[in-house]
Amino acid sequence: MSTCNDWMYDGSFSVAGGNFEEAGKVSGKIKTILKEMGIQKNVVRMAAVITYESEINIVSYARHGIIRLRVQPGHVEIEALDEGPGISDIRLAMQQGWSTATDKIREMGFGAGMGLNNIRNFSDIFHISSDVGSGTRLKMIIRIPQEQDG
Amino acid sequence: MNLETIVRALQLGVKSGRDRLGVEVRGGYVGDLLSDVMANSQEGDLWITRQIHQNIVAVASLKDLAGIILVRGAEPAEDTLEKAVRENMPILTADLPAFEIAGKIYQMIYPPKA
Repeated sequence: MSTCNDWMYDGSFSVAGGNFEEAGKVSGKIKTILKEMGIQKNVVRMAAVITYESEINIVSYARHGIIRLRVQPGHVEIEALDEGPGISDIRLAMQQGWSTATDKIREMGFGAGMGLNNIRNFSDIFHISSDVGSGTRLKMIIRIPQEQDG
Repeated sequence: MNLETIVRALQLGVKSGRDRLGVEVRGGYVGDLLSDVMANSQEGDLWITRQIHQNIVAVASLKDLAGIILVRGAEPAEDTLEKAVRENMPILTADLPAFEIAGKIYQMIYPPKA
């Protein structure tokens, strides 16, 4: 098993709640980092969807959040940790189409109740936990397929 | 088919990314829900939408889309345009509605067999 010091990359990025102008910036940075590391295109694309949706969730609902990216040769790990209202019923929140988004959020084309599903669908391993009144934690792992012929 | 061919044929306005019109358009996606576009658009797609706010640029960049067409006379918001210029993402404008723009582009990319 891996130990804490064999990450090829380990970095955290701050995301401010409510700031739609900056939404996507952290996802863009993470995409660039992964691309520059030479990570496979398909993995980079999956990571881009996951980080963008995580970022939009923090911006839409939380006061503040952190997105952490860690990379090992075999997988990319993304964590999204926020300080916010939390989710009282995760099973309901995971239902396609279910959303607590405000009209303002919906007008921008967000809040369709697809974000968490997208995150789950683009991850190989997805874990969510939440404390009402405190915040939500997401952990996603994308496996990096081992290339057979260079 | 490159983006410039589509721009000329449909007489689209070019608001940003003029030097990227040589990019290959592989397909298209129509949608105003950003999570839908995020999940289902493919690299090289031309995105047809009514959304004009700046988050469309982030989605298009993250998904490596060929460009964004704003339909039915929509114009990009000022900060959208600034962001598109910074990220060199083509934003194009059309007077026609999404259905007609999509139909015309579809015929150009996948012409009916004689």
